[in-house]
Amino acid sequence: MAKNKILVIGGGLGGLMTTIKLAEAGFSVDLFSLVPCKRSHSVCAQGGINASVNTKGEGDSPQIHFEETILGGDFLANQPMVLEMCQNAPGFVYMLDRMGVQFNRTPEGLIDFRRFGGTQFHRTAFAGSTTGQQMLYALDEQVRRYEVEGLVTRFEGWEFLSAVIDARGVARGIVAQNLTSSEIRAFRGDAAVMATGGCGMIFGRSTMSAISTGAAAASLFRQGVWYANGEFIQVHPTAVAGEDKNRLISEAVRGEGGRLWTYKDGQRWYFLEEWYPKYKNLVPRDIASRAIFKAVRELGLGVDGKDVVYLDISHVDRKTLQEKLGGILEIYEKFMNEDPSKVPMRVFPSVHYSMGGLYIDSRQMTNIPGILAAGECEYQYHGANRLGANSLLSCLQGGFSAACSAGQYVQGLDRTAADVNASIFDDRVKAETSRRSEILKMNGKENLYQLWQELGDVMTAHVTVVRYNKDLAAADVKIQDIARRAKDINVGDLSTWTNQSAVFARQFFHMIDIARVITLGALARNESRGGHYKPEFPDRDDANWLKTTVAKYTPNGPEFSYEAVDTSLLKPRERKY
Amino acid sequence: MTTGNRIIKLKVKRQECPQAKPRWEEFHMPYRPYMNIVICLREIQKDPRTSDGKLTTPVVWECGCLEEVCGVCTMLVNGKVRQACSALVDELGDEITLEPMTKFPIVRDLVVDRSRLFASLKRVRAWIPFNSAKDIGPGPHITPQQQQKDYVLSTCFSCGSCLEACPQVNERSNFIGAMPVNQARLFNDHPLGKPDAVKRLRALVEDGGIEDCGNAQNCVRSCPKHIPLVDSLAEMNRQITRSLFRLFHD
Repeated sequence: MAKNKILVIGGGLGGLMTTIKLAEAGFSVDLFSLVPCKRSHSVCAQGGINASVNTKGEGDSPQIHFEETILGGDFLANQPMVLEMCQNAPGFVYMLDRMGVQFNRTPEGLIDFRRFGGTQFHRTAFAGSTTGQQMLYALDEQVRRYEVEGLVTRFEGWEFLSAVIDARGVARGIVAQNLTSSEIRAFRGDAAVMATGGCGMIFGRSTMSAISTGAAAASLFRQGVWYANGEFIQVHPTAVAGEDKNRLISEAVRGEGGRLWTYKDGQRWYFLEEWYPKYKNLVPRDIASRAIFKAVRELGLGVDGKDVVYLDISHVDRKTLQEKLGGILEIYEKFMNEDPSKVPMRVFPSVHYSMGGLYIDSRQMTNIPGILAAGECEYQYHGANRLGANSLLSCLQGGFSAACSAGQYVQGLDRTAADVNASIFDDRVKAETSRRSEILKMNGKENLYQLWQELGDVMTAHVTVVRYNKDLAAADVKIQDIARRAKDINVGDLSTWTNQSAVFARQFFHMIDIARVITLGALARNESRGGHYKPEFPDRDDANWLKTTVAKYTPNGPEFSYEAVDTSLLKPRERKY
Repeated sequence: MTTGNRIIKLKVKRQECPQAKPRWEEFHMPYRPYMNIVICLREIQKDPRTSDGKLTTPVVWECGCLEEVCGVCTMLVNGKVRQACSALVDELGDEITLEPMTKFPIVRDLVVDRSRLFASLKRVRAWIPFNSAKDIGPGPHITPQQQQKDYVLSTCFSCGSCLEACPQVNERSNFIGAMPVNQARLFNDHPLGKPDAVKRLRALVEDGGIEDCGNAQNCVRSCPKHIPLVDSLAEMNRQITRSLFRLFHD
């Protein structure tokens, strides 16, 4: 067997899981990451990872996990892949355990589980309140071991620019840029697994990291990879609004007993407990966010008349708080200068996660052979709304599955990327180099960062929790206006050494493409489902809209088509909590 | 809250590239409540002009999570090493200086190259000698007490503050600093990390290892995650002493 090289793009959980699985199977991997892998956005995941281990003897099972995930996603997810994920979940948690992840423990030394939204079982394993960070570190350490063994080469500080696709439409490698030296270079690979995360930066302020622009996925979209369910954006109910970012306050706070309230007639009003007596504060995120919008925007009951409600954990004893939620409470105290063990936290919903992403089939392959995707950058596993603590799980499942699938794919190829004529790589490098020079030459009147703020403002105002067709249409007009003005920016930095403005300009152009996919996808979908809510069309409409949205790039904007959802395992029913 | 006409004066040490000479630039901006250094630097991006009105390039700096879990935005703020995201203007005063860390090679402006941190993790084999990603069941039982202790050690986010603050980390020394020593402790403490324990200790007695620690204890004071780094140094010293025979005769 010829030695196959596989490229993994993205050093977060999805990319690292893919890399480990490939290296374990003996493949040679080039791993690309914008930042040192340990600084990827996965570090921000706080609450935990779902796995129906049933340690507490409550009768939980992977089948129930599957059904609750499907219901939580309002039946938009393709069901067989979700079932596989839920069945694999206990095995993944045990794998992490053997990698040394510092999960909290029961008194007898077993992995402890806590409650999360959309379920009544204790199903969420956690490492304090920095579970994503702890999992990321464990996987990063294993990749470092493979690096020492010579199976993995890391390219940290490199950004994916585009794929190299041959005349037959098969991907043969990628072109990437070194963010320090600005060198643009082609890398040959028999398959490329994209694990490039979400696109929260499109909304300006979100709970996402500054690196989560979605530019890599958007670049592939331009090259012909389809983008699915873009309109499904998760707005997390509890974040602390900030001018630079909205800081997440994990659902784990409510899992450990935290309560949401605001004042009504001078009394504390626990509105979620009143409206949802069964699940109380642990309804799924889309429902909790809409409830907060109702209390604050419709009923005008925000704290001090502002966009704020209280999240209260001050009744829980200090030791439990420290052991199970320490990291989160520390963040709150640091940034807000108030101690949440004494006073309630002031929170409001914030853009948090993209359920939509690159279109992949049941083997994680996009519509371009040789390009696969895993993690938040793809659309499977969560349907119209993601349950809390399922994202870390889907990163592992996606990475695991993408690695197996990439391995089989490259072994079936009739020739390897190493045998492909150099010209297609050279041409791609030339195209990217000239695109880069064009950007460096831009010395117009507009400021890039101002435009980005405008884009974020319009997206946040009209394309989040409550959506009206009139506003969505107006938002798209505004986005196109921003796109026009973006052609007249002044990059303001001519350096070829660590030029962040030129890099962000390129990312910003890509963000605009996906902003339109999100907005126009939402405009077209005249129903309410999961995170997508239109007061003008308040009900789910399975007859017309039990469909995956598939967007294709055209120079005049995205073109949409729709595809049936695989609901073969669980019949769609009304979603009630 | 009234903000009045309060003006924040930000002095930034800038350097185009490693070969260039550093210089200072000053930026003024109106104060806003809850302002942090990231907000200040983003303000400059929107209108990159110095306090005397001269057009300049946006300041180059790195940021990621903005909630002090990724470690990327570490720099010297008013001379003290810390993360820019959690450095709030309210506690810094109206005149603020920003400089890059000094113990790592400069890249540009406030960006430095911290790859030596990750190299040091290779040196101390900061991983579990893990067998397979196959579904082969859980790891060993671990008491809640041990988990609580080790979790704190494992929250290190490789920011490099402990190296920046350490007088023994300098141009004339190869000292690896407290960070990898703490990682060696973490993995030596885990039941599944023990098979490599002696190898980790051996890495710590080589050139630039734990012997170069001068016990200034600046590391523990500079650690944003309050990791007991001095305890980690002491614990690893103890393990080395206890294993001396094996270290040199195996």
